[in-house]
Amino acid sequence: MSSNTDATRYCEDVVKKFVLAAIFWGVVGFLAGDFIAWQLAFPALNLDLEWTSFGRLRPVHTSAVIFAFGGNILFSTSLYVVQRTSRAELFGGRGLGNFIFWNFQALIVVAALTYVLGFTSGQEYAEPEWWIDLWLTVIWVAYLIAFAGTIMKRKEPHIYVANWFFFSMILTVAMLHLGNNLAVPAALFGGSLMKSYNVFGGVQNAMTQWWYGHNAVGFFLTAGFLAMMYYFVPKRAERPVYSYRLSIVHFWALIFLYIWAGPHHLHYTALPDWAQTLGMTFSIMLWMPSWGGMINGLMTLSGAWDKLRTDPVMRFLVTSVAFYGMSTFEGPMMSIKAVNSLSHYTDWTVGHVHSGALGWVAFVTFGSLYYLVPKLWGRKEVYSLKLVGTHFWVATIGVVLYITAMWISGIMQGLMWRAYDSMGFLQYSFIETVEAMHPYYVIRALGGLLFVLGALVMVYNFVKTIKGDVAEESLAPAASGAR
Amino acid sequence: MASIEKDSVSGQMTTGHEWDGIKELNTPLPKWWVWVFWATVIWSIGYWVVMPTWPTISDYSRGMLNYSSRANLGDDLKAQQASRAKFTAMLAATPLEEVSKNKDLLNFALTGGKIAFGENCSACHAAGGVGVAGAYPTLADDEWIWGGTLADIQQTISHGVRNEDPDSRQSEMPVFGTGDPLDKAQLDQLADYVVSLAAKAPAAGSPGEAIFVERCSACHAEDGSGTAALGAPALNNNLWLWKANAKQSNKDVVLAQVTAPKHGSMPTWAGRLDAATIKMLAVYVHSLGGGK
Repeated sequence: MSSNTDATRYCEDVVKKFVLAAIFWGVVGFLAGDFIAWQLAFPALNLDLEWTSFGRLRPVHTSAVIFAFGGNILFSTSLYVVQRTSRAELFGGRGLGNFIFWNFQALIVVAALTYVLGFTSGQEYAEPEWWIDLWLTVIWVAYLIAFAGTIMKRKEPHIYVANWFFFSMILTVAMLHLGNNLAVPAALFGGSLMKSYNVFGGVQNAMTQWWYGHNAVGFFLTAGFLAMMYYFVPKRAERPVYSYRLSIVHFWALIFLYIWAGPHHLHYTALPDWAQTLGMTFSIMLWMPSWGGMINGLMTLSGAWDKLRTDPVMRFLVTSVAFYGMSTFEGPMMSIKAVNSLSHYTDWTVGHVHSGALGWVAFVTFGSLYYLVPKLWGRKEVYSLKLVGTHFWVATIGVVLYITAMWISGIMQGLMWRAYDSMGFLQYSFIETVEAMHPYYVIRALGGLLFVLGALVMVYNFVKTIKGDVAEESLAPAASGAR
Repeated sequence: MASIEKDSVSGQMTTGHEWDGIKELNTPLPKWWVWVFWATVIWSIGYWVVMPTWPTISDYSRGMLNYSSRANLGDDLKAQQASRAKFTAMLAATPLEEVSKNKDLLNFALTGGKIAFGENCSACHAAGGVGVAGAYPTLADDEWIWGGTLADIQQTISHGVRNEDPDSRQSEMPVFGTGDPLDKAQLDQLADYVVSLAAKAPAAGSPGEAIFVERCSACHAEDGSGTAALGAPALNNNLWLWKANAKQSNKDVVLAQVTAPKHGSMPTWAGRLDAATIKMLAVYVHSLGGGK
């Protein structure tokens, strides 16, 4: 540790801004998600207004949580981690950092406004119109320069594993973003500035879309957040990373295999059988490479398991890795065509996504934030570890309610769709399946509400931490001794 | 840079690298992890041999099983049709009015009709045909705008109402109170009378009655019982197609329809649904509450 305490100055001002933005957009995105969850249970909440209809608010939710919350946390942690583990100040300094920050926040606001006003390119998770895409490309290139530049001027001989993951995320997301948004603006032919046509049509468009969509999960929400895990878990556990060899092998296996798995989103569609086969088999081969990250995360705790009892921040981090392991088993299983024929288009998929998004992405983020916020603002520890524990339990119950409701609802929905009676007729009409799902939609929305409440507890905790307050319980000798 | 050292907890050596205080152990890959990974690879290779997998310039490798999801779907559809074949043939050969005489055939038609209704009709007429207040008529009662016999229902389903199909049901209620001599007071009297008709207590001898007989009875009949052939609904009951919520007064509903008539429309289903399905739908809708 002594080698890193020399006088390298780190640019943390930008990191702080990204942290605050991530927390803000996280709450916005969770609220939007829970609101549309209530809309599904009670359609009157669409309010009969075009701007508040489910179809327009859903991309607001997905973009807010994936790109605004997830994006800002990736910006903040990657720029923090790359400086620390390279022992180098941010390339481009505050100027470049601020350029990325302010442009990205403005882009989020503009994109959300266009969704609500009814503009969309029609590509899921890539809804912004073409000129917003170009704007994002500029921001992303600036980010690539800042990140890669910092690595280039590093004072450490080797590049830390977290930075491999961050770097693969940056490069692949650039490729995915450009590939999936290849579109011809209508304005070139005298049409509206707010309209474009994707160069791919039909099943080719679907394939490009899911190549993008699946790898957005793979590289943005998996590789990027594994990078966070590789820094914050060993830091918080104060233990060495379990296996360097495993990190190399699972990194390369993961990034090589992930990129092929997209077709499993298009089983039993017009996509040719051969592409479906490849999508499915590559998804199954992806199982162990994904679990490599889980093993490295969990086993890093050997020798520090007692911290699970004493440190709620560690509990967030470890539970996130457990959810990661569960969803990366469930994913390959759902890619098997026989399973997929039941699960596809049902709420099971929604539950699967949220066990990854809430349980893994958000939990590893919460754990990292609880470590990072006191560090950045120069506090010894977060205002109240007890409130971290409250957040943990409220959010965990919320996630469990969410995913179990969606499992039951999804499997029931799939079984009802395929049920035939003895005369060869479908047993249920579609509307009957919708009616049957109602109670589970209410449970899901309640789970989401708990998740939002947990996040608000976190916000309170951070406000107090940044102000420099220390909760009474943290002053007691037992608690302070635990750290 | 740190040096290679032994971790006292695990007994593993570190790699000698260190970043911001983080060290790494050089633990070998877990054996089970390696084995399971190779198992999925071998399984995948086996799957590639038997299933369609590799694209070529203009084709793809078929695999030993010669599997095709399109062919599978075709087989499934055929099998399903075969499972219904006996009754479908019987249904085609049986006149609509006689379907109910064969209990098994009736059961078949009601089951198939229910599911076809759920998939095609319930979006407007709601599950079970209860309708949508202010928009789509209830089918689960014994009031019929275009007639409630099996043949009437079959005709309405086949060709719809007020659409581009030349055989669709057509009629139009004229506008009153604009460009004709009915003034506001007279419209008021007329509406009062129609409301009294609906309450089954017609205000005999009222000025509204005279207007009704003169202007409305040609279609809606003098006693307000309506004329199915013209799609002129009965007015002598307490059913209000165009009343969207209970807060609206009956009189306002009448005034709105008289001064600015709304006309429902329904698509034509012949061509979208086969004859057997339409027949089943007719039997099902007829059974809902009040087929004539």
